[in-house]
Amino acid sequence: MSRTRTPVVTGWFVGEGDEFRLLGTRCSACRSVFFPREDTHCRNPGCAGGELTEVPLSRRGRVWSYTDSRYRPPSPYVTDPELPWEPYALIAVELESERIVVLGQAVPGITVADLTVGMEMEVVPGVLDEDTETTWTTWRWRPTGVA
Amino acid sequence: MAADGGGVMTAEVAVLGAGMHPWGKWGRGFVEYGVKAARAALADAGVDWRDVGSIVGADTVRGGYPGYVAGATFAKALGWQGARVASVYAACASGSQAINTARAQILAGLADVVLVVGADAAPKGFFRPAGGDRPDDPDWLRFRVLGATNPTYFGLYARRRMAVHGDTPEDFAQVKVKNAAMGALNPNARYRKRVTAQEVAASAVVADPLRLLDICATSDGGAALVLSSMEFARRHGAAEPVRIRAVSTVTPRYPNTVLDLPDIATDSAVGVEPGGETFRASIVRAAYEEAGIGPEDLSLAEVYDLSTALELQWYEDLGLCGEGEAAKLLREGMTAPGGRIPVNPSGGLASFGEAVPAQAIAQVCEVTWQLRGQAGDRQIPGARVAITANQGLFGHGSAVVAVR
Repeated sequence: MSRTRTPVVTGWFVGEGDEFRLLGTRCSACRSVFFPREDTHCRNPGCAGGELTEVPLSRRGRVWSYTDSRYRPPSPYVTDPELPWEPYALIAVELESERIVVLGQAVPGITVADLTVGMEMEVVPGVLDEDTETTWTTWRWRPTGVA
Repeated sequence: MAADGGGVMTAEVAVLGAGMHPWGKWGRGFVEYGVKAARAALADAGVDWRDVGSIVGADTVRGGYPGYVAGATFAKALGWQGARVASVYAACASGSQAINTARAQILAGLADVVLVVGADAAPKGFFRPAGGDRPDDPDWLRFRVLGATNPTYFGLYARRRMAVHGDTPEDFAQVKVKNAAMGALNPNARYRKRVTAQEVAASAVVADPLRLLDICATSDGGAALVLSSMEFARRHGAAEPVRIRAVSTVTPRYPNTVLDLPDIATDSAVGVEPGGETFRASIVRAAYEEAGIGPEDLSLAEVYDLSTALELQWYEDLGLCGEGEAAKLLREGMTAPGGRIPVNPSGGLASFGEAVPAQAIAQVCEVTWQLRGQAGDRQIPGARVAITANQGLFGHGSAVVAVR
């Protein structure tokens, strides 16, 4: 049976391959950008409140900081307790034009040893986990120039 | 001034009593720890529970319904006596918000004597979100989507300091060495062994670059304070009590450009230019302004060392040194006993582990004993002015200034 590909959170990203983008919202009154998206209220205290419209975020940014998860995180993170734990890197990436830092997992195979603060990264689609019916998709950070 | 969250000096309240249940992994319920701490604080104050006009509980999210109504839970356990009751939750700042609630009641004339209690019974392993699928909850989302435990955020902050300020893992280890040496002298601490830099370096990496001994554990524990009006303290015979001069509980300012727990992203600075002061620094500034003091006046500080690297961050946020100079301050021994400004003479979270709603109260217990000259082997000689500082999830943080 083939699984359905479903975003782990609705409306946070869209597209495949080079077309993949994180999705935020932008306030029409003050131009503030929000990720995760704000759809009902602008959080700028000096803004009377404009219309919030969906906006794709920049694909590329630079590493603000990074770490990794050497131990299995607790639920609701989904892991197979039968398999040995494989640490993954977490990367906080600063997007220049949005002036926002977005946390994400690194693509598999990239470890903290491959990373430095300031390194250029790009967002790519990834698979978070799978169950019998669903492949849960997510975003990942990958150093630019890595295929 | 009101929108500034501070800037106006307030009247003082007296700390009549302080008490704790020792931190550990005792395997019993939070109510027992809280009651033990409350009785110790009442005995220290020489106040009968039946004469307490108000009780404020700092909530725990790990004790079911009784944890959400901690004030009433402790009042019932101590024996219903008709006191006014309040229960507050503010993540890691719950304890200091409970202190602030008590202070506000006293200064407003609603109560003469208030008992403040916080206690927790922590699970084994990582803190985790409440159960159920809750995609509207940032705390649930960071675990579901990223597996981002609290230590991973601490790891991000530590790596950032290494990249921007040149801190090293050896610097971080020295924070643990310093705090463990003090914790070894504290009967209420959970970890009472000195630790060497080699032992830190040999402990397992949890969230690069931080190792197990860089990160605070989660603990059981309870802490309580008896606060009163200055007038009551005088009538009660406490001629020169420790006084709380300021309690800062300010919120961040938009845009908050430092990634805070439990968020997946910062605010964007594209619509509004950031103010240039971090949230942590603003918490401390509000306390200094309310107390009418500055960092040069401090005898000691108790700060929230959730990780060793975060203790260094607090040095800068407290204004003990310039930005990026914290590791130098540590290396010069300035924050150790005998230094210019000893930090975490209690042993800190490194020696206690975190018992969330009790921790900020425990910080004030320690500075109370220090200011009274009752801190035993860990006494900082001549302590007159102390500050506590902490930060927690969801835009919470606090700082308390106490004097004698």
